Amino acid sequence: MTYLLKPRLHHPSLATNALGYTRRDYEGSVSTLCAGCGHDSISAAIIQACYEIDLPPHRLAKLSGIGCSSKTPDYFLGNSHGFNTVHGRMPSVLTGANLANRELIYLGVSGDGDSASIGFGQFAHAIRRGVNMTYIVENNGVYGLTKGQFSATSDKGSKSKKGAVNHDAAIDLVAVALQLGATFVARSFSGDKAQLVPLIKAALAHKGAAFIDTISPCIQFNNHAGSTKSFDYVREHNEAVNRLDMVESRAPIHVDYAPGTTTTVTQHDGSVIALHKLAEHYDPTDRLAAMAYLNERQAHGEIVTGLLYVNPEAEDLHAALDTVDAPLNTLSDAQLIPGSAALAKINAELR
Amino acid sequence: MQPLKLLNDFVVKFANVNGSGSASANSMFAKSVLRMGVPVAARNIFPSNIQGLPTWYEVRITGAGHLGRRGGVDLMVAMNPQTWDRDIAEIEPGGYLFYDSTKSLPSGKFRTDITVVGVPLTEITNRAYSVPRERQLFKNIIYVGALAALLGIEIEVIEALLAEQFAGKDRLITANCAALHMGRDYVLEHLKPLGLQVQRADAVGDRIYVEGNQAAALGAVYGGATVCAWYPITPSTSLAEAFTAYCADLREDPETGKSRYAIVQAEDEIASIGIVVGAGWNGARAFTATSGPGVSLMTEFIGLSYFAEIPAVIFDVQRGGPSTGMPTRTQQADLLGCAYASHGDTKHPMLFPQDPGECFEFGALAFDLADRLQTTLFVMLDLDIGMNEWLTAPFQWDENRKLDRGKVMTYGDLETGKDFGRYLDVDGDGIPYRTYPGVHPTKGAYFTRGTSRNPYARYSEEGSVYVDNVQRLLRKFETAKGLIPAPVRRDAGRPTRKGVIYFGSTTPAMHEALEMLQARGQDLDALRVRGFPFCDEVYDFIAAHDEVFVVEQNRDGQLRTLIMNEGGVDPGKLTAVLHYDGAPITARFIFSEIGARLGVAGQRPQERPNVPEAAE
Repeated sequence: MTYLLKPRLHHPSLATNALGYTRRDYEGSVSTLCAGCGHDSISAAIIQACYEIDLPPHRLAKLSGIGCSSKTPDYFLGNSHGFNTVHGRMPSVLTGANLANRELIYLGVSGDGDSASIGFGQFAHAIRRGVNMTYIVENNGVYGLTKGQFSATSDKGSKSKKGAVNHDAAIDLVAVALQLGATFVARSFSGDKAQLVPLIKAALAHKGAAFIDTISPCIQFNNHAGSTKSFDYVREHNEAVNRLDMVESRAPIHVDYAPGTTTTVTQHDGSVIALHKLAEHYDPTDRLAAMAYLNERQAHGEIVTGLLYVNPEAEDLHAALDTVDAPLNTLSDAQLIPGSAALAKINAELR
Repeated sequence: MQPLKLLNDFVVKFANVNGSGSASANSMFAKSVLRMGVPVAARNIFPSNIQGLPTWYEVRITGAGHLGRRGGVDLMVAMNPQTWDRDIAEIEPGGYLFYDSTKSLPSGKFRTDITVVGVPLTEITNRAYSVPRERQLFKNIIYVGALAALLGIEIEVIEALLAEQFAGKDRLITANCAALHMGRDYVLEHLKPLGLQVQRADAVGDRIYVEGNQAAALGAVYGGATVCAWYPITPSTSLAEAFTAYCADLREDPETGKSRYAIVQAEDEIASIGIVVGAGWNGARAFTATSGPGVSLMTEFIGLSYFAEIPAVIFDVQRGGPSTGMPTRTQQADLLGCAYASHGDTKHPMLFPQDPGECFEFGALAFDLADRLQTTLFVMLDLDIGMNEWLTAPFQWDENRKLDRGKVMTYGDLETGKDFGRYLDVDGDGIPYRTYPGVHPTKGAYFTRGTSRNPYARYSEEGSVYVDNVQRLLRKFETAKGLIPAPVRRDAGRPTRKGVIYFGSTTPAMHEALEMLQARGQDLDALRVRGFPFCDEVYDFIAAHDEVFVVEQNRDGQLRTLIMNEGGVDPGKLTAVLHYDGAPITARFIFSEIGARLGVAGQRPQERPNVPEAAE
């Protein structure tokens, strides 16, 4: 594999956002994933979301583990610092990065092998600590880079490309994230950009651990009949509970849906999420009800998507640790070193 | 057998049951001797257990200031029936046994060549107290009072210590002083002072008495560490806990009370080092504290830190390995594991503090070196330094000292158009420039990865690109040689062709052994290495001598291996002297091992009698 830079030239009439950036300014290098890979659609959705919320690209740090999904941060936001860490350990690295500088926005990109198998523990602990981040799992139910082994999110009874039947129960990362206290939990589908882009925008604005499980079919190894993570299967069984618009803070709220079926949620930073209900009585601020509903629909073979849970009053790890407002990596020597007078006092206490 | 008569130079060992509250009484005993101006070296020998197993506390009273273990016991305070036989066997001929004489023991339980001192501790305690926990705790204070009378320790000194310990709780002070006097009064009435005596002196000076873990934690505060991620493991736990306590005292924003630090007790050692690497990548000084098993788990990240060039500091408080090994015993057995941790060709700098004073100094220095070298820096403590209180020179800090952040390109640098290649060797020292994430809207961003890449951080599997990069990493390691604290040489008074190399907690016992050898006409030049990679001085020293002993506390001679491997030294020139039973090395052991090889005439002192094992 080689590193391919995209040409920087673009059409002069390309639209710009409030920062004067075009959509192209949010792109990265050329993807080396397979043609038609669901992951590339997610990268495109991330680019779109960041462009639309006028995010200065360098104020976001993108981190990933190892695997096809974890390669993607190279393919978007080329002006952001990126870190392709070790397999399954992105959550701890992201936690440390976040502690060092609370002012950046952190985007963690992972896969189902990375987060549900080798990194299941780190996934769980980063979520339960409430690290302020957007955590996207590009979930294809299969190990792509090593050519087609089942992952821990493969459904029991699902067939591999070679015909083997998965005999292990699947891990549902959405259910796990809800149980662990994630304060923003969503599921989406790489093939549904209209749903995914607003979810990413809302997650980036969320203060706390925001998790998006994105089903992203593997065109090479998991897109056949008998797979429950194929494009066809997901389209047939996708049950969206809501559609949402991410509305910027203090901007007038435009809702295109019929009155009475729309609710709004104001997040910590003042951003407003307008939710159009598709499933009757579904309340995304009720965690217990969300868990029950997911279980019930899952029993019917449905894949529930949309914004499944949000706690707009969420707090993050920095609040728990009561750290200073200034990023820790900007503190001066004088703020860090207690000095020789303090040391003399300590010496005296040790005699 | 003549009873020993020793002034300010003897070893007292307490044999107790853990969880019985003996630790604080024993430590007060040691401190009372210190307060009389007589140096002590105290070592806790404890089990991996909370209650019920044998534990020992050895106090060496040493007017001459020998802070290593001597070997042998002059007075055994035998408070644990479980270990009675081995405790009695350990007493020097002519030594003393102090025991609870409430219940009479058959004469076969004693030795004839020692002086037996019985105090009916249980009887005294039961007469005075009825609550079981009070009986247990005050019994310890009663024996301290008895020992004070037997050894000539000033009772007012212990009273002052009790007043400090229970400041504000007058009732406890009174109760403890009463117990102290019960023991003392019994001795004054029924017994005579022993041949072992403590006499007020002025040999402590302004030295402080502190554990290495606490000192290293304070070093991390002064070194500017802001992120600590850790997972509890003996014997390193108290380092992270001390950092937490010091930060609460010294690192709060005076206006808001908010924390200028972040401490995470992680889910395991892998997450701990992951958090450290993430924080280091993002420009904060970060560390973890662990022991050998933790380092084993961290190795993948250590390789990432090496190859992606991210600063990290690991305090490895070494314990007895391999595997779970002897979790509460000391060794210097992680040297090779840390030096070459992780798969592929890797090497990591290490610092070897000799005592808590250097734990503080190196604890702060480690962060400058990690930032300067952009790699993982190990500070190699061990249980002996880390968890025992040592007498050490007071901590010092130069007010003019600035933290060295290493090569970091700023917004201004990028704005003026400086060429930024994350892995570009612009200065010839193998160290590239880095940027902190978020520094500039359009310049300085790069993609960090553990895969091979070119000087501009772009993925590459080109063989020549890979080779250039790993050769540059070797140049960087050469640069490290000039940054690691130089070895400290201690030459014999007369020219000699014999030398000895040692490091870390072996130091005080080594120095004492050198004096013992010199007294027998054996001169050796000595070199204390203080870190890895080794600079030329180490190899010059070896070249200048015919035989060099390498003294260390592990089975396989890991320092010796490292020296040979990195410098191409003839193995025949380096003679291994190895101590690895889990107890700290003693001066007598080193003397007898080196002495035997040099043909020192005379009896080889018995290091350890063959004694029955304690039940566990």
